Amino acid sequence: MAKRLSVIDVDRCVGCQMCMFACTRRTGYAGLENACIHVRSAGGIRKGFTVIVCRACSDPPCARVCPTEALTPREGGGVRFKPNLCIGCYNCVEACPFGAALWDETNHKPQICVYCGYCADYCPYDVIKLEEISG
Amino acid sequence: MLPHDPLKRILYIDLSRRSFEVRERPELFDESLGGSGVGIRLLEEECPVNADPLGPENPIIFTVGPLVGLYPLASKTVAMFKSPHTGNLGESHAGGRSAVSIRMAGYGAVVIRGASVMPVYLVIDEDGVRFRDASALWGTRSSYTTGSVLRVREGGSGTRSIMRIGRAGERLVSYACVITETYRHFGRLGLGAVFGSKQLKALVIEGKRTLPVADRRAFRQTYDAIYKAAVDSPLMQKYHELGTPINVLPLDAIGALPTRNLQSGRFEGAEAISGESLAANYLGRRVACAHCPVACIHLAALRIPYPNDPYFYKTLMLGYDHEPIFAAGSMLGLDSVPGMLQVMDEIEMQGLDVMSTGVTLAWATEALARGLINEADTDGVTLAFGDAAGYIEAVQRITTQPTDFYRALARGVEHAATIYGGRSFALAFGGNEMPGYHTGPACHVGWSVGARHSHLDNAGYSLDQNALKKGQTLTPEFIGETLLNEERWRQVLTSLVLCLFARGIYDRETVLGALAAAGFAWDAEDLERLGAETLRRKIAFKQREGFDFGALRIPQRIIETPSPGGPFDEAFVREAITHFAGLV
Repeated sequence: MAKRLSVIDVDRCVGCQMCMFACTRRTGYAGLENACIHVRSAGGIRKGFTVIVCRACSDPPCARVCPTEALTPREGGGVRFKPNLCIGCYNCVEACPFGAALWDETNHKPQICVYCGYCADYCPYDVIKLEEISG
Repeated sequence: MLPHDPLKRILYIDLSRRSFEVRERPELFDESLGGSGVGIRLLEEECPVNADPLGPENPIIFTVGPLVGLYPLASKTVAMFKSPHTGNLGESHAGGRSAVSIRMAGYGAVVIRGASVMPVYLVIDEDGVRFRDASALWGTRSSYTTGSVLRVREGGSGTRSIMRIGRAGERLVSYACVITETYRHFGRLGLGAVFGSKQLKALVIEGKRTLPVADRRAFRQTYDAIYKAAVDSPLMQKYHELGTPINVLPLDAIGALPTRNLQSGRFEGAEAISGESLAANYLGRRVACAHCPVACIHLAALRIPYPNDPYFYKTLMLGYDHEPIFAAGSMLGLDSVPGMLQVMDEIEMQGLDVMSTGVTLAWATEALARGLINEADTDGVTLAFGDAAGYIEAVQRITTQPTDFYRALARGVEHAATIYGGRSFALAFGGNEMPGYHTGPACHVGWSVGARHSHLDNAGYSLDQNALKKGQTLTPEFIGETLLNEERWRQVLTSLVLCLFARGIYDRETVLGALAAAGFAWDAEDLERLGAETLRRKIAFKQREGFDFGALRIPQRIIETPSPGGPFDEAFVREAITHFAGLV
């Protein structure tokens, strides 16, 4: 079964961004730019936080608008990303209503979740979780 | 430092010329790491002797360090400037997203020079600085408005810091603060007034990048050890659960909670304003600084009905900590939580330092009761312990300054007591208002000598409390020496801009391991050298600007009001201060 990252309870998010740092660390670097997950305030910190993750759509709009097949649907939901094929057209960023196709300003290509769950291992409050896609 | 680490880049901004440049100065960071260590060296370079703290010659320096963006809890930005409040070293630290944003924008330090001829705010990213018109924001009644406007107007949500001042900073109140991410502050020593003097309303800094590490495997291993210690060990638990107000009840129990201008160390309302009570009745959300899993920031949700409009309510979300609870609670005799939170909210709206404001108003309350001032001075406001409404009115007037008396209050309790009398119960040390502890002599010695920063906080209150637990008698020599050693080590931690709540996690070995993976081959001796040198430089800067250990005023109130550490006299405190000064 394909897995995806789910936001279990956004109200437990404290905005520490440990997940974003973890996602970048997964690639061998420190910092934030390689993160495929994004946490920002929901219009001021008093209102809490918004956690943006790829929800692994069964018919992903980002793949539909990709002109080079850099993004292709993954069996069971979600997409696979082949950076070598990507021309940096930005269509995927505009197509995802969640804003989960994040943008890498250095390489001019999207940052696409690989559904590994490394970020969830560093969420101290069980806000996010890697789980099997069902239904 | 690793070759591609952007830490070495210093952004110099000139507000007078509306220009900027980036200079690479790797040697500064190779020698002094960042934070306090680099900050004091930049201040020595930038701040002329006897500079007017509110003149264009006073620089604002922000520094971060090599561990920011790499490891959890390296989350503070150090601000250095000449303080308009004390007239010497201004050093203030804040978290939020400030440190990560500066590092991710690709800088190790930001230096702001000159003054603008009109209100501006700055937008900073890796490409440099944009100067934006802030004239429409100048004078807005609430500091919250500036945050709301810039949040929508500027980009980078989630990877930016928005530092801003309120009207208190515009009006040059000497203890005006700079607010970042709504709930964190460069609180003490008047950075807000320095912003105001430069007509600098706010600063938005944004960035998102990767940072190199020396050894990926070692980096991840070190990271995991620190992360595990932060979330699993009891070292951080108290900050996570009840937060810093966990101190309120234990301090009250031993008679160390400053109450009604330190007329007492016990407060009958302590239970009501305790961390336990706030968590049970008001805690609405906990939040964290960027890259900190601890989430010590506690927000109270307070629902306030409109008195003449049924079914209209507003809900405040207000950050609380031990120090604001002391300053706006026990020190003002406020045992009503809604009252205390509304005083804190007004202080936030004005953009004042809550500790200095509370201590100054506590003195004013006693001065009014003793007839040193009258209601003409207070503009008709009745200041009485336990009366929140009067304090809210007074807080507004500290900003608007309708009378000479409020103009004096706007410069702090030391200044006001010099004019109106009542110095014996004006609770300031070296010109800065006291924090929320009256544990014994060591805490007061610590505040008198502390070169570190703004909170004045230091190892003093734990010395007092440890001595109490163990039944030891403190000597002036022991206090002076212990405080000095601890202060030196804390210079290392603040040069790395580590949150001091994490000092139990970042011991010497952990610090060296973390630095190694970041490309800094340091040893224990290097750390000792940096700690001693940074402390020496900071004290030298203070002395250069007129600070004198021998001339420190010891408020009689701390001697008169019994502390759990037992009776002590002024000579004891002075002896410990002299001992500290001799060892530096």
